[in-house]
Amino acid sequence: MEYPPNNPSYESRTNTGLSPYSGNWGVKEAAHLLRRATFGANLDQINQAASSGRIAMVDQLLEDTAMPDPPLNVSELDTSVPIGETWINAQPGFYNQRRDSLLSWWTGLMVQQEVNLREQMVLFWHNHFVTKLEVILEARYMYYYSNLLRENALGNFRELTKEITVNPAMLRFLNGNTNRVGAANENYARELLELFTVGKGEQIGEGNYTNYTEDDVLAAARVLTGWFDNINEVTSTFQANRHDTADKQFSSAFGNQVISNNGDQEYIDLINMIFDQNETARAICRDLYKWFVYYDIDDDIEANVIEPMAQILIANDYEVKPVLRVLLNSEHFFDPENQGCMIKNPLTLTINPFRQFNVPFPNGSDVITQYKMWEFCKNVALLQEMELGNPPSVAGWPAYYQEPQYQRIWINAAVLPFKQDFINFLIYSGFTVNDFTLFINPIPIVESIPNADDPNVLVQSLVDIALPLDILPEQKDFLKGVLIPGLPDFEWTVEWNDYQSDPTNQEKLVAVGSKLQALFSALMTIAEYQLA
Amino acid sequence: MKRRDFLKRTTPAVTLPLLLGGFNIHALGKSNLLNVLNTSEESDRVLVLVQLNGGNDGLNTIIPLDYYPNLFKARQNIIIPENKIIRLESEPTGFHPSMQSIKNLWDDKKIGIVQNVGYPNPNFSHFRSTDIITSASDSNELINTGWVGRYLNEENSGYPEGYPNEENPDPLAITVGSFVSTTCQGPITNMGVAINDVEALFSPVGGDPGQLPNNPYGNELGFIRETQLQTQLYLDSVSNAASKAFNKSPLYPSRDSLAQQLKVVARLVAGGLKTKIYVVNIGSFDTHANQVDTSGNEIGSHANLLSSLSESIAAFQDDLFRLGIEDRVAGMTFTEFGRRVKSNNSAGSDHGTSWPLMLFGSWVKPEIHGKNPIIPSQVAQSYNLPHTFDFRSIYGSVLKDWLKVPEATIRNILFDDFNYLPLFRDSLVTGLEDPRVDSADLINYPNPANERTQISFRSMGGHTDLTVYTITGQKVSTLIDKQIPKGAHSLLYETKNLKQGIYLIKIRNNGKLSSRKMMVTH
Repeated sequence: MEYPPNNPSYESRTNTGLSPYSGNWGVKEAAHLLRRATFGANLDQINQAASSGRIAMVDQLLEDTAMPDPPLNVSELDTSVPIGETWINAQPGFYNQRRDSLLSWWTGLMVQQEVNLREQMVLFWHNHFVTKLEVILEARYMYYYSNLLRENALGNFRELTKEITVNPAMLRFLNGNTNRVGAANENYARELLELFTVGKGEQIGEGNYTNYTEDDVLAAARVLTGWFDNINEVTSTFQANRHDTADKQFSSAFGNQVISNNGDQEYIDLINMIFDQNETARAICRDLYKWFVYYDIDDDIEANVIEPMAQILIANDYEVKPVLRVLLNSEHFFDPENQGCMIKNPLTLTINPFRQFNVPFPNGSDVITQYKMWEFCKNVALLQEMELGNPPSVAGWPAYYQEPQYQRIWINAAVLPFKQDFINFLIYSGFTVNDFTLFINPIPIVESIPNADDPNVLVQSLVDIALPLDILPEQKDFLKGVLIPGLPDFEWTVEWNDYQSDPTNQEKLVAVGSKLQALFSALMTIAEYQLA
Repeated sequence: MKRRDFLKRTTPAVTLPLLLGGFNIHALGKSNLLNVLNTSEESDRVLVLVQLNGGNDGLNTIIPLDYYPNLFKARQNIIIPENKIIRLESEPTGFHPSMQSIKNLWDDKKIGIVQNVGYPNPNFSHFRSTDIITSASDSNELINTGWVGRYLNEENSGYPEGYPNEENPDPLAITVGSFVSTTCQGPITNMGVAINDVEALFSPVGGDPGQLPNNPYGNELGFIRETQLQTQLYLDSVSNAASKAFNKSPLYPSRDSLAQQLKVVARLVAGGLKTKIYVVNIGSFDTHANQVDTSGNEIGSHANLLSSLSESIAAFQDDLFRLGIEDRVAGMTFTEFGRRVKSNNSAGSDHGTSWPLMLFGSWVKPEIHGKNPIIPSQVAQSYNLPHTFDFRSIYGSVLKDWLKVPEATIRNILFDDFNYLPLFRDSLVTGLEDPRVDSADLINYPNPANERTQISFRSMGGHTDLTVYTITGQKVSTLIDKQIPKGAHSLLYETKNLKQGIYLIKIRNNGKLSSRKMMVTH
C-alpha cells in the first residue's frame, strides 16, 4: 500500500520563527502546550493553563521542582532492605527486583508529573545520553544515572555532558571503564562526538565528517583514559596510572587545539573544547526541536528556528531553560502547521489516558500494588517497542532519528491493534492486582464535565481533552451516534439525568455506562488519538 | 459488588471498520443442487437483521384498519388519512403510504408480519430496552452478550482464538457501519466485524472522509488510517468476495444510507462470503415531534424513514434475485419499542410498548401472524399496547427454522423455551404453480423443445429480465436484461445443446415475476 509521502507533498514547512506567539491564547493553545510538554493533561489543567496565560504557563513548566524520594523495594526477594525502603545505598545485586522497582518508580514519576517539564526532559536526556540496563546490569547505577538526568533536566547541557562522561553507568555502558593508556577504547569518545554533541557533518574526506574526524575520536578516547566505576559505592574514580598523559592533537574542526595532560580534569577540557563549537549547540537544538515540535527540519526551519535557538543556548552558556522558554513561547511552536502532527511515543500514549481522565492509582500506603500499576504502564509501552531503561541502541529510539520514517516507526499493522486493544482493555476489563483495578470509569469523568447532559457539549469536551485538533462535524456526529445510536440529542439528556437521579440503579448505570464506554473507546481508538 | 462491576463487559462492541472499495465485475451466484425444488443448503443461509433505531411507530406503519375510528380519536394529529393507506387485500390491515414497494413484495409473497411483539414489564428507556432486545434478556435481567453473539459462540467457541482459519475464513457476522452490533456480542468478544461501504481509502472511523489537510497533521493522520486498514484480518476475504460480485438492481434509492448498507450485503453474499449474519441500521425513528408534515400526515420524517426502509428492502430483494441468491437470504426488522397509542401535542408520539415485526425473503411465510392490535375507544395518554408474542419467540423461531439450530441449543441461547411461530415456508415455491401467472404473458412453443423453441412474452415496458434456469436453480442463459418497449415480444431460443430435463423460463418486469416450465427432450 502506498503511504502518503513522509517527505511530504506540501511545499514547505513554515516560515514562522521564534518571536513570541501573538495569536489567540485559549483552551486550544493551552491544550497544545500541555500535550507536548507533559504526559497528558486533564480538563482542569487545560482550563487552568488557559486562564493563567502562556508566559505564566511556560514559566511554570520550567520551574525547578523538588527531587523525588528514591525508589522502594517491593519484593521479598530483595533481602537487602525491607519492603517499603529504598535499596539505592544497599549492597550490589538483586538486579531483577531492583530493576523492576526502578522502572516502576520512574514510570510513576511520569504518571504523577505535575504540570512541569521535568520528566519529559528526563526522558529526552535518557534518549540522548543513552545507557542500557541490560548492559549495565546494576539497578543502583541506573538509578544514579537517571537521577543525574533528573537533577540536570532543566539545567546546563555542557555541565550535564561533563558529568555523564564520568558517570558510572555510562562508564560501564560505553566501556569507559576499560579505556586505558595503550589500550584506548573509542566507544564513548565516538558516541560523544557522533551522538551526544557535535554530530557528523558532511563527509568531506577520508575519516573526516566536517564536525570531527576519526583522529579526533582517537584523541578524545585518549583524553578519557583512566576512569573506572566502583560497584559498591556507585562512584567513578580516576586512576592516574591508567591515564594517557601525552598531548592530544585535535583537527581543524576543533581549531587544531591540543589538550595536554590535566589528570582527572582533562575530560572537562575535552567537553569545553567540544562545546566551543557552535555545531554542538545546533545539534542539541535540533534534537530538542524534534522532541517538542516535529521531526522535519527544512532549510527555513534551520535558519529561522534552529539557528536562533542555538544562539540563545550559546549566549546562555548552554543553560537549556532560556532556549526552551523561547521555543515554547514562540509563534513557531503555536503555528497551526506544527500542531497535531506528532505521533505519540508509546510511553506518552500509554500514560495519556490515565492523566487525561484522572484514573486513580493506589496510594503510597500500598507500595506493592502501586508499583505494580506503574509497572503495568511500563510494560504496555515496552510491548509497543519503547522499553524504558533499555533503548535499542546508543542512538536511542529510532523514531527520533531514523530516516525516512522517523516517528512513523511507532505505528505499524502489528502494533496498532495492540494500542487499541489496550484502550479497550482499560475500559472494559481493567488491570487488577491485589483487589485494586486500574481502569477507566467514564461516569465520574462525565459527571465532572459541565453540561455533560448535552451530548454535543459532552462530545466536544472529550474531543478537546483527548484529540490534538478539532475533528470534522461528521466525525463528531459519529461519536455522538456511538453515544445515542439513531436517537435525537435530548434522549441523552433524558437517559443521563435519569441515571443521575437514581445512581444506585444497576440497570440505569449499565444503560448509560455502556454507552459511555463505547464513546470513550471510540474516542481513543480513532487514528487522531495517536497524534499530539 | 463494586459499582464498576456493573459496567464490566468482556471486550467491546467496537472493532475497526473495514472499507470496501470499488472492484471489478462479474456475478457469481451460488446454486442449490441438493433438491429438486429450490431448497437452499442450510449452511448457505444468511440472516439480515434490520435495526430500526429509536423505536418505530408501528401503529402508523402496519395499520389496524378495523380499529381506525378509535385510532383516529387517539392520534388524529398524526394518523394516516384513511384513503391514503395501502390496503392489503383480504386483511383488515394496511401499510403506511410510503411502503408501496413493501406492498409489492407482499404481493410477491415475500413478506411476513408478526403483530404485537413485545415482552413482559416493558422498559421505556432507549438504552435499556435496546439492551433487552439485543441481549434477549428478561426486562429485569442484565446480560452482556447479544443473542446472535451467543448463537455464533455455540458454533465457534473460543473465537477469536484461531480465527480466521481454513474452515472459517470469513467473518462470522458483519455489521455494515462503523461499529459492530451489540446483538453479536459474544462471551469473549464481539463475534462480528464492522464494514463501511465507502469508496475512498482514507475514510476515518465514522463520518465522511473529507479531504485530509495538506500539512504535517494531515499526512500523519493519513498514514495512521491507512495502517488501520491493514490491520483487519478479514480484509482479504472481504475484498476477495467484493471483487466477485456487484449490485445488479436499479431499484436502490440513491443517497440512501440503508440502501448503501444493503448493497454491501448483497454484494458480499453474491461474492461467496460465508458470513451468515448481517446487521444493518436505519434510524432515528424516535419521532417525539413532527412525525408528520403540517401539509399532510402521510408525509414527513416518519414517512421518509419508511420510504427508505421500504424501497431499500425491495431493491435488496430484487438484487438478490438478479444475483441468483434470493433463496439463501431472509431478513427481519427489529426495534426497541413501539410508540404510544395516543399522540402528543408536538405532532409526534412518545415511547410505547409492543410493535409489529416484519420479515422478508423468498422463504418467509407470506402471512400476518397474530391479529391487529386492539385500540380501545377511550385511550389515555399513558395507555400502552399489551404484547401477544415475546420477541424471543421470533428469535427462537428464526434460529430453529431458518438457521436450523437444535432446540436444546436454542435454549442455551435464549435461556428459556419460547413458543415457536411458523415464520418460514416448508418448501420453496418458485412461481412454478404461482396462480397469478397469466399464461398469455409467457409461453414457449414447442414444449417439450428439442432443437429450439419460440418464447413469447408480454412486457409492461421498462427493464425486463428473461432468464432460463435449471430446475435446481442454476442459471443457464440470460436472454434479455435491458429496457424494452411495452407490448408483446418473442424470440427464438436454441435448446439443442441443453441436457434433457425440466427448465424454468423466468420473466421479471416492473417488479413482478412470472415463470414457465419448459421441458427439453432430444
